[in-house]
Amino acid sequence: MSDLYHVSSSPHVRSKDTTSRIMLYVIIGLLPTSLFGIYNFGLKALLLILVTIASCVVSEWVFDKIVHKKNTVPDFSAVVTGLLLALNLPVTLPWWEAVIGGVFAIVVVKCLFGGLGQNFMNPALGARCFLLIAFAADMTNFVTDTYTGPTPLAAMRNGEAVDTINMLIGRIPGTIGETSVIAILIGAIFMILMGVIDLRIPASYIVTFVVFMLLFSGRGFDGAYLTAQLCGGGLMLGAFFMATDYVTSPITPRGKIVFGICCGILTGLFRTFGANAEGVSFAIILSNLFVPMIEKYTVPLAFGKVREAKKQEGGK
Amino acid sequence: MGSKTFKGGVHPFEGKELAKDQPIVEVLPKGDLVYPLSQHIGAPASPIVAVGDRVLKGQKIAEAGGFVSSPIYASASGTVKAIEPRRVATGDMVKSIVTDNDGTFEEAEYTPCEDVTSLTKDEIIAKVKEAGIVGMGGAGFPTHVKLSPKEPDKIEYIIANCAECEPYLTADYRRMIENPEELIGGMKIILQLFDHAKGILGIEDNKPDCIEKLTKLVENEPRIEVCPLQTKYPQGGERQLIYAVTKRAINSKMLPADAGCIVDNVETIIAVYNAVRFGHPLTNRVSTITGDAVAKPGNFLYNIGTNYAELVEAAGGFQTEPEKMISGGPMMGFAMFGLDVPTTKTSSSLLCLTKDEVSVTEPTACINCGRCVEACPELLVPSRLAKFGDNGLSAEFEAWHGLECVECGSCSFVCPAKKQLAQSIKTMKKQVLAAKRK
Repeated sequence: MSDLYHVSSSPHVRSKDTTSRIMLYVIIGLLPTSLFGIYNFGLKALLLILVTIASCVVSEWVFDKIVHKKNTVPDFSAVVTGLLLALNLPVTLPWWEAVIGGVFAIVVVKCLFGGLGQNFMNPALGARCFLLIAFAADMTNFVTDTYTGPTPLAAMRNGEAVDTINMLIGRIPGTIGETSVIAILIGAIFMILMGVIDLRIPASYIVTFVVFMLLFSGRGFDGAYLTAQLCGGGLMLGAFFMATDYVTSPITPRGKIVFGICCGILTGLFRTFGANAEGVSFAIILSNLFVPMIEKYTVPLAFGKVREAKKQEGGK
Repeated sequence: MGSKTFKGGVHPFEGKELAKDQPIVEVLPKGDLVYPLSQHIGAPASPIVAVGDRVLKGQKIAEAGGFVSSPIYASASGTVKAIEPRRVATGDMVKSIVTDNDGTFEEAEYTPCEDVTSLTKDEIIAKVKEAGIVGMGGAGFPTHVKLSPKEPDKIEYIIANCAECEPYLTADYRRMIENPEELIGGMKIILQLFDHAKGILGIEDNKPDCIEKLTKLVENEPRIEVCPLQTKYPQGGERQLIYAVTKRAINSKMLPADAGCIVDNVETIIAVYNAVRFGHPLTNRVSTITGDAVAKPGNFLYNIGTNYAELVEAAGGFQTEPEKMISGGPMMGFAMFGLDVPTTKTSSSLLCLTKDEVSVTEPTACINCGRCVEACPELLVPSRLAKFGDNGLSAEFEAWHGLECVECGSCSFVCPAKKQLAQSIKTMKKQVLAAKRK
């Protein structure tokens, strides 16, 4: 060792934020709705959550081992994926199907594309859609000891009335983590306060969706119907926790808003004209695919560049 | 409310309490003095002394090498020992004049000016030029060039950069507390050059005592105002400061003068005052010697050319073994490989840290979180620019406005994946600019 000091490029100080800390915040943000899910659907929900997380974490560890990559489990992103996937599953799902979902999310959607930061669609949603197609009946079986009816959105589709208060609280059938709007919002407020997410995507998503439904649902301004649409079908969970996934949403500030609008329109389209009453998952993963294009057209103008850029465009 | 600012920016740990309350202490050099001939932007100065010559303190030893250049003065009396390449703080070898120090500090004669208001504009600029004054915040741009814009009548603001937004640094703060009259005197001299300009002292609001003191002092100065600024890095960046004060945004292809502004830092303005009022050439400056590795952090007035090791000695030496030495602040300063190098006109401080938190951290994958985008004061997308840089994609780099980067380091600071974003962008910027010059 020489008597030279350490040399590196500036800056020489760093903030305390780390990837694993952000992931921990997301996990904490998901706790209220997870706990409500367990309360609502019983211990089976807890079991399913644990199995899915374990499946994700183990597949990431094994994949890293096989391809001789540094173990990336400590960044907690696999835990987040597992938890999110579990929250998107009906509690009645056989555990081995959840395991397949976890493996698919991590290995196929994430690791095969280069791991954390490289996946082009949200792993949890990718896996959910895979399961929806592979095990359609199991994935739409919302009949439990407590609930026997269809989900509120399906019920509305059949022309039945729904109880919006119960939808806010979450005493309705649905996937483990999508039912309680209040619990989801508590987690979302935590994430916003901790600076993990901002309102650009969720707000533009929800506003666009409401506008779309006002215009095209054929119901006009029907407060109860709109509230039910907003509270049901995982829209809140999707808007705050899945559309905001960093990796699969645009990094440009204007792009985030465009992305939210995309999600809103697609969700509206699927719900109004599609065969399925929900559609949030498909709307988000489809929007994920638009991200590179959205970014390309929303490159922010650098500070002090406004006039010059306009002039250039005019000249071309 | 009240304090002005810009969009973006970060809030690093301030660390100013280490040296904030230490009054400026004068340090006299004991050993040899080394004067690199290139301590400013522009052509190197050319020596006008020979080995064996005796020089006095305040004697010119090197002449400006062109219009964008600056003369150099001896800061202690002694004999010229050598004119040879010497290692400087950045690690480069730079041709330097080396003198020994006879310890008497015998001074050359200066011609003071009792009534500075009687001076013409050309006389003031000539005095600033002759005194060898350059931007002392770190860039080292010759001040007389800055004060000679093409259209002086279009200059509306002379902004004193009193933000001192770099963490740890307190030299400007002490100057404002201890020598406010010199700062305002310097500002008044510069205002004499620009008939339509207002003088603005932009001070971050973490220095309420300076704001109060200077506001009181300029009460009867119709042309000078104090402008409190929000405490946020890089508030003292030239473009950010101009925007905060005037709401005018400039880009990399513009000069502050294009927005009707001239920005100078505290130390530079005080040097202008001393040069014009007392005829003192630039031979000393105040710097902060600080960091958790230093026994007695403080602010020191020292002769330019003094060895860094002597300054550390003046600050009580090391209490712990430092792992990292930084010339300048922790955000934009550069890491030094060793202490046996001379101080220059642009040595704004020395920061000695016991732990190096950067070169030991392993960067992980970018998760596209966008924190760098929120932090960038130039409204860029640093993570993408760094990726373009690492892959040598110069067209994409330019399309995403990479050349607008001001190298403030806010992106690397906030990155949760601990990526060296600023480093990648700076490197690419250099390559793109070099390719353009060809």
